[in-house]
Amino acid sequence: MFPRAVMEGSSSENTRSEKIEKMKKVQEKSAKKKRSKEEQEEEEQKDVEVFIFNNKVSEEEEEEDGDLSDSEDSVFSGLEDSGSDSDEDDEEKEEKEEDNDEGLKEEQKQAQQEDEEEEEEEEEGVTEEKEDEYKHDSSDEEDIRNTVGNIPMEWYKDFPHIGYDLDGKKIYKPIRNKDELDDFLDKMENPDYWRTVQDKQTGSDVVLSDEQVQLVKRLQMGQFGDVNFNEYQPQVEFFSQDVMLHPVTNRPADKRSFIPSLLEKEKVSKLVHAIKMGWIKPRRDDQDTRGRYYDLWASEDTSILAKHKMHLPAPKIRLPGHHESYNPPPEYMFTDEERALWEQQDPADRKFPFVPRSFSSLRHVPAFPRFIHERFERCLDLYLCPRQRKMRVNVNPEDLIPKLPKPKDLQPFPTTQSLVYRGHTGLVRSISVSPSGQWLASGSDDGSVRFWEVCSSRCMKTIQVGGPVKSVAWNPNPSVCLLAVALDSAVLILSPALADRQVVSSSERLLSSQQETELMEGASIVTWSDAEGEELNQGIRLKIQHPKAVQQVTWHAKGDYLASVMPDHSSHLQVLIHQVSRRRSQNPFRKNKGLVQSVSFHPVRPYFFVATQRSVRIYNLVKQEMTKKLQANSKWISSMAVHPAGDHVICGSYDCRLSWFDLDLSTKPYKMLRHHKKAVRGVAYHRLYPLFASASDDGSVIVCHGTVYNDLLQNPLIVPVKVLRGHVITHDLGVLDVTFHPTQPWVFSSGADATIRLFT
Amino acid sequence: MGGLQKKKFERGSATNYITRNKARKKLSLSLPDFRRLCILKGIYPHEPKHKKKVNKGSTAARTFYLLKDIRFLLHEPIVGKFRDYKVFVRKLKRAYGKTEWSAVERLRENKPTYKLDHIIKERYPSFIDALRDIDDALCMCFLFSTFARTGKCHVQTIQLCRRLTVEWMNYVIASRSLKKVFISIKGIYYQAEVMGQLITWLVPYQFSHDHPTDVDYRVMATFTEMYTTLQGFVNFRLYHSLNLIYPPKLDSKAESQLEDEGAYAMNSESYLEKLSALSSSLARVVSSAEEEEAELDQFPVEGEDIEKMEAREKEQQQQEVQKKIFVGLKFFLNRESPRESLAFVIRCFGGEVSWDKSVCIGSTYDVKDETITHQIVDRPSIEKQYINRYYIQPQWVYDCVNAKILLPVEDYFLGVTLPPHLSPFVEEKDGDYVPPEKLKIMALQRGEKPANDEEEEEEEEEEDDEDDEEEDNEDEEEEAEEKNLKKMEQQRSQGKSLQVKVTPGKVKVENPERLEQEEKAEEKRLAIMMMKKKEKYLYDKIMFGKKRKVREANKLAAKRKAHDDAEKSKKKKARK
Repeated sequence: MFPRAVMEGSSSENTRSEKIEKMKKVQEKSAKKKRSKEEQEEEEQKDVEVFIFNNKVSEEEEEEDGDLSDSEDSVFSGLEDSGSDSDEDDEEKEEKEEDNDEGLKEEQKQAQQEDEEEEEEEEEGVTEEKEDEYKHDSSDEEDIRNTVGNIPMEWYKDFPHIGYDLDGKKIYKPIRNKDELDDFLDKMENPDYWRTVQDKQTGSDVVLSDEQVQLVKRLQMGQFGDVNFNEYQPQVEFFSQDVMLHPVTNRPADKRSFIPSLLEKEKVSKLVHAIKMGWIKPRRDDQDTRGRYYDLWASEDTSILAKHKMHLPAPKIRLPGHHESYNPPPEYMFTDEERALWEQQDPADRKFPFVPRSFSSLRHVPAFPRFIHERFERCLDLYLCPRQRKMRVNVNPEDLIPKLPKPKDLQPFPTTQSLVYRGHTGLVRSISVSPSGQWLASGSDDGSVRFWEVCSSRCMKTIQVGGPVKSVAWNPNPSVCLLAVALDSAVLILSPALADRQVVSSSERLLSSQQETELMEGASIVTWSDAEGEELNQGIRLKIQHPKAVQQVTWHAKGDYLASVMPDHSSHLQVLIHQVSRRRSQNPFRKNKGLVQSVSFHPVRPYFFVATQRSVRIYNLVKQEMTKKLQANSKWISSMAVHPAGDHVICGSYDCRLSWFDLDLSTKPYKMLRHHKKAVRGVAYHRLYPLFASASDDGSVIVCHGTVYNDLLQNPLIVPVKVLRGHVITHDLGVLDVTFHPTQPWVFSSGADATIRLFT
Repeated sequence: MGGLQKKKFERGSATNYITRNKARKKLSLSLPDFRRLCILKGIYPHEPKHKKKVNKGSTAARTFYLLKDIRFLLHEPIVGKFRDYKVFVRKLKRAYGKTEWSAVERLRENKPTYKLDHIIKERYPSFIDALRDIDDALCMCFLFSTFARTGKCHVQTIQLCRRLTVEWMNYVIASRSLKKVFISIKGIYYQAEVMGQLITWLVPYQFSHDHPTDVDYRVMATFTEMYTTLQGFVNFRLYHSLNLIYPPKLDSKAESQLEDEGAYAMNSESYLEKLSALSSSLARVVSSAEEEEAELDQFPVEGEDIEKMEAREKEQQQQEVQKKIFVGLKFFLNRESPRESLAFVIRCFGGEVSWDKSVCIGSTYDVKDETITHQIVDRPSIEKQYINRYYIQPQWVYDCVNAKILLPVEDYFLGVTLPPHLSPFVEEKDGDYVPPEKLKIMALQRGEKPANDEEEEEEEEEEDDEDDEEEDNEDEEEEAEEKNLKKMEQQRSQGKSLQVKVTPGKVKVENPERLEQEEKAEEKRLAIMMMKKKEKYLYDKIMFGKKRKVREANKLAAKRKAHDDAEKSKKKKARK
């Protein structure tokens, strides 16, 4: 493939070169005409000379370089056709000029001889049409002395001759006896040495003339050999926009330009067929699709409507408020702080996505820089946000408040703080009212138990027990006057002698009567001992020594039994029940079921309530089994109280709750009351009135009305009736214990501020 | 006891939802195409109630679509067009790569296009549905019509948007349905009531946009594509409902007037401009154009008492009055005032309007016209003033529209500090803060004189202050008593020798009303304690919101008061 391409290239070049030749001929002819009129002979001679030497020198140089083979190659490949053409042109010119003037010098002709010979040989293969030009050729006049032809002259290197003349006789080499020295001398002495070259054909030295040297120089500089040659001759435009009279070519029109083309016919018929078949569609008008509207909703059918039940239309953009005005009222402008806040806030948290601005007139209002952003965000919301139908509660908040009976109708209940019992110096942990309601006993961290007269707030008696008192409990039996005090690891039974003599003596009797049976319990864990000396004088009668610290004591309703609590995780020995009359103690539980917080006897029946951290267990003391377990739903029960009827229990817990259990209803709390802000420390029922109270660390006592109906179907009615405040919160502790007066609707509370208060 | 083992996530809510990627794969669309489809079809993601169940146990954040929605998309013919387009792009690329220009041309000619008509019909089965959703379409069209015609979107889209918005404005003028206008810092809000639907749109100010780089214009363009189609159909229907010719033609009378103006531009181009001048009425199908609307008879709706009916009648009358507030007034707009907006608003309410010839095509009379009543000027002063007209600032027009009456012009003269421009969209309920300017306008609406009003307000405010003070005093007294008591208690507890001293006690004046109130308050507090947890939560939330509202209102009032005081003191200083 490649060589063919080359061939094509060369042939095309040939044709091109032909054209160029023709053009040149025309040029020359015209030039000749001009010259014939004007030219002078001498100039022409010079020209000729120059041309001749041009050829010669180039050839000589080639030979010197030994590039002969190259030039041959190029000649045969036809690549240098144009070059050879120009040579021919030169020759032609020269020949014609020769024709014109006859006085050509012999010498010059001789010099030309050989060159032209070669050229002729070259031309032979290239062009034949030019042969007629050789008719006038005067080459035979030239003196061709050597007839060896165009061969490498080194073939004759070893011979004495260098070729043959026309007669076939040897041409001998000129005698060259020049050695290096001669050469050198020649170089130094001969001023023409530098322009002397050797003619290889003849072996003789030729001295170049000035013109010839000039020519060589010009050629070396890449200029035209002819000094007078004009490179930029005026060009004759053959192909111009002007319509010429005559055609460029004389070629007659083809036949195919007269008859219709079959090929085209075939193509057209194909297209026609395609159009007919609808394969090719006509160009659409773009206007058709856009902006052509009609009554889209002409026939509204409801069938589609049904499909779209689930579709939620996008919510509309919120309408702007006064803030967005270009001239808002001054109060809607940001103050410096608001502005600083706005800048600090995260863009999502800001109330407005812009800063309100005020302009004095409409022409001052600039473009809103985030306009496109906001539109784009709306677009995003429309297609990226999940939509949800949200039911908006449109409730009047008043309707949410439950309708309760008015507290006024539920009187009596304590409403005001009427008395303050001062005297303790430490926080008062526990208080208890005597069954008669005349006396109040209190145990404090300052190590004293005080007895107060309820009505006058007088401290009747102070007993130093020598340690912080955890719990005090007045014997509920009205016929005796005894107080149990929990203190460290002991429970003391006091006989305060604050009643009439009969009662005092009966209580004394109770304490002294069981001394005979004491022996039976020798092996027990606890030790019963009578108080002696100073203690006896103070009123301490009995001392029940426990193995661990006692937290709480409580009496049975009959006043004979006494329960004490020693909270301890690991031991099964947490609760002890003592019988005072017989000085006997027993441990009712064999197993440890959590940390016991408080215990209580059922007021009527033989039941025993044990409150652990999370639940309340109810044991039947007769059957010796657990009957119920109440789940308090709170983290840590702090206190417990049993309703005087025995069917309801309230538990206060450290997580601010108070739970009301209806034992007949469920083991879950019937009601959880979260009235307090802080831990509930104490709870209490009133013995006669339907009241209960809870004391908390937030310094308040809340009194609630809690009616219990005999009818099993009716649930208890619980109404908070009063929040009593008065205690000062000290060391994060508020009210520690609360208890009701046994007959009056009064409530006592003892607090961390070392006071006891009476609310009536 | 046999039976197949139940597999997880094969029933229930897990089967009702599909993630976005799966949906995309199911439709075999690229993400941009899927997005486009969702925009056009109005499909939006759903938030499942139990995300974990739907997400097959994983809690990764995913977008979920309803499976039904995706199935619905599956039958959409547009999906096919999207695929065609994809193929088209591929072919075009190939042709470009091979430098086959004829093929490129051929392909370009046959570029697949689609119509959205059926989608509009499907999304808005009734005309009212379409009207309800026209808000966004209008906003978008108005925005796009202000874009420069270089880059960002096709020129045709911009032209179409402009055309549609002009049509819409002409319709609103013709139907006189504009209700409220609000100049905000973002742009101008308009609200119109069309066929019982309140339609609000926002028009940006006429400035060139600084195009943000973090906005995806493809999404916007897709929306616009849908919205222009919707808007076009809505316009068509609205024009026909008013017997107007669609595409809109100017009244023959007006047209001849405009022709007089000579060659303003090439005819084809100038027609839209003539329309957008908003200065002349439109041609109607039935030529008896200016017929007055027949008076509607009132039929009492069942279950509606007379009072209500009367109120409604009154309201209607008021609306009629509002529609005609500018009737008989002749306005002239100075060249610096926003022409389009003002012309639109004034024409909506029956006024005549004109402007300088050099501002825009379509001016109907000259500045020199003696019958001009108001000239709207937005510069500090004007040199040549005519004696028989008011020179007012543009805000007057908007405030009049919102107040539904002609406000006194004195506040809006040139160089006068303008009264604040209030949002007409805010409807104050009792308890909300009402700016005093609004009270003034309300008084004017009632027909009261403005001068007395201010004094009254001030008095009221003062009274309020007094009340507060009283309360404060009482509180203080109580506190003092408490302190005394505490002191005494302390003395008693500390000093054992009690100073026995009888001091004359004060007679505590018991206010029975106050006591009662307190009692009630306590009752309520106690009742609140007994609320159920759920209700309590709700109640707390409601009360929190209410309190916050009150707080905000108080804050605004305080700010206003401080501002007014500062102003007063300034004035006083200036007087001295």
